[in-house]
Amino acid sequence: MVGPGRTRCCGPPGAAPAMNCRAEVLEVSVEGRQVEEAMLAVLHTVLLHRSTGKFHYKKEGTYSIGTVGTQDVDCDFIDFAYVRVSSEELDRALRKAVGEFKDALRGSGSDGMGQISLEFYQKKKSRWPFSDECIPWELWTIKVNVVNLANEQERQICREKVGEKLCEKIINIVEVMNRHEYLPKMPTQSEVDNVFDTSLKDVQPYLYKISYQITDSLGTSVTTTMRRLIKDTLAL
Amino acid sequence: MDTDLSSQDRKDLDKFIKFFALKTVQVIVQARLGEKICTRSSSSPTGSDWFNLAIKDIPEVTHEAKKALAGQLPAVGRSMCVEISLKTSEGDSMELEIWCLEMNEKCDKEIKVSYTVYNRLSLLLKSLLAITRVTPAYRLSRKQGHEYVILYRIYFGEVQLSGLGEGFQTVRVGTVGTPVGTITLSCAYRINLAFMSTRQFERTPPIMGIIIDHFVDRPYPSSSPMHPCNYRAGEDNGAVYPSVEDSQEVCTTSFSTSPPSQPAALGVGSADMGYPVLFAGGLHAAHPHQLIGPGKEGGVPPIPSQPAHGTQADQERMCTPLDGVHYSAATPSSSEDTETVSNSSEGKCGSPHDLLETIFVRKVGAFVNKPINQVTMANLDIPFAMFAPKNVELEDNDPMVNPPDSPETESPLQGSLHSEGSSGSSTGNTHDDFVMIDFKPAFSKDDILPMDLGTFYREFQNPPQLSSLSIDIGAQSMAEDLDSLPEKLAVHEKNVKEFDAFVETLQ
Repeated sequence: MVGPGRTRCCGPPGAAPAMNCRAEVLEVSVEGRQVEEAMLAVLHTVLLHRSTGKFHYKKEGTYSIGTVGTQDVDCDFIDFAYVRVSSEELDRALRKAVGEFKDALRGSGSDGMGQISLEFYQKKKSRWPFSDECIPWELWTIKVNVVNLANEQERQICREKVGEKLCEKIINIVEVMNRHEYLPKMPTQSEVDNVFDTSLKDVQPYLYKISYQITDSLGTSVTTTMRRLIKDTLAL
Repeated sequence: MDTDLSSQDRKDLDKFIKFFALKTVQVIVQARLGEKICTRSSSSPTGSDWFNLAIKDIPEVTHEAKKALAGQLPAVGRSMCVEISLKTSEGDSMELEIWCLEMNEKCDKEIKVSYTVYNRLSLLLKSLLAITRVTPAYRLSRKQGHEYVILYRIYFGEVQLSGLGEGFQTVRVGTVGTPVGTITLSCAYRINLAFMSTRQFERTPPIMGIIIDHFVDRPYPSSSPMHPCNYRAGEDNGAVYPSVEDSQEVCTTSFSTSPPSQPAALGVGSADMGYPVLFAGGLHAAHPHQLIGPGKEGGVPPIPSQPAHGTQADQERMCTPLDGVHYSAATPSSSEDTETVSNSSEGKCGSPHDLLETIFVRKVGAFVNKPINQVTMANLDIPFAMFAPKNVELEDNDPMVNPPDSPETESPLQGSLHSEGSSGSSTGNTHDDFVMIDFKPAFSKDDILPMDLGTFYREFQNPPQLSSLSIDIGAQSMAEDLDSLPEKLAVHEKNVKEFDAFVETLQ
């Protein structure tokens, strides 16, 4: 589990999200070297919409909001460019998470399939001895299928195709964002850390955590098992 | 009903919508500048960052947007549209996208203006930032330079989608409900770009596409001139446009967590807050590295709005971002075709004041610039001087249009894509009558000396006939030839020994 505020505040990992948690699933098929950029593109786009400027609380319950800058990022392995929040801290955090995911995908026992999840949650304080509760309100899951390509021509085609696919994903994300569904209420000063991640110095995303799962070769999904059977058969 | 909205809320809402429209235009145009945009986050709020987003204001763009709006706001039936089009160095143009900011009648009475609407508008701007990188025009705009430029045009009124060709696609960026209507932001973009894919622009010489000549038969009543999307923040640019007139307007940055009955501390539109005005000045001071691409070739000259008669006002608007001084960036990159139009006429980088302040209107051939206004060309020492006529000449007199000998350069797609109504392509000129001109060979100056290159060419290419092939010689009939044969043979036999001796010397 990767994310800000490593204090374990939630129930066991993999717990089902709350019933009113919005869940969106995106799927991409990419080449190994494209995994990182594709994941960063999607995660940054989501976080662009889910970050505000830093809150500065003043007297009488008013607050002002800082300014969020943005910057263009060109991908090296995909014909694609995206916009991210201008925050090096946030970028580093995402890169770390995506890097771990990528390494896990490459690791042994992996069929090149996995998923990375970005969950936005709210903290609900509980009385001692119970730990604080994390209530997710939005969950983005990106399912990744890593493909192996045979030659340079295929790679070139893959560059373009993945670029087009990512364009579609961005449009999907924007569509969800603009449904203006549930968002946590703007918190008072004492509650702000239950809603936002205030640890960054220049921007303030909603509290989020990133986790991932790798479908290994012993995965129980039917497709994985079938593939393994076929492979074994052909190996004889 | 409007009566449900307090006057303060109404005023705030109008302000939000107005500045949202202006920021929308800025985001769209900046996304088509061809460069990566980077703005910094700031934890301390400043009064000039509307919607809590760092979006710079290019003065020219704000000026054009305000002109188009003319004090109105987007309303039902009155949409603000930003049209993005592509124009090649030959003058062909094509609409790529239309971004529409519309308002419909669906009202949301319950929504809080100063808080929810504002935040949702901010979210919508973020979505716009994301979506502008995703449409096909983004990649085209990143590669603009020598062969084509991206232009923008802002208009207000009814949306005109006919220029996008068949089968255009639309993407909705988002909607925000307000008490007076629902704001919708969407983009319609051309997908029929197959012959104008970025790859084609990289590999082939200027390509002719389907020519939509905006500037002759503009169907729109509220036509406004096109503007290039490659802004150069030169020193004189700041002075060209007036700074934002309502520079006193400061955006809302304070919110309240208190219940609505309590007065909310909003930043109202006055200078009382004491925030500095950063719209115009900040562009240069705070982020001088932004929006200027030093490596970006400003090679394509400004595009006028009218054929053949650029008015002075238009000229200013056109030329300002790409004044003669700024042509200095027209360093041909190694990958570009250095014979392109812009490089040939602009001369060397080192002498910007010798450069042409020309306006290129009609395309007359692959490698020819046809200046309409007088050319302020210094001397004949600049390269390709022969291609730039010293005074305005007819198209027909241009040696590259009707070259005496060399074949005209044709792009591979001309034959298949040339449509009717095109304004003078090089293939079109074959229908014109040939006019006798003085032959001016390449790389040669005027024939000051009689035995110069030109003379050599002329003689070389028009040699006299070989005498033995001349028909006059054949005055003798065949019979006479045969009769004279025996005499000739006798003479040769007499000289056999001489011939043999000669042959032996050869061996």
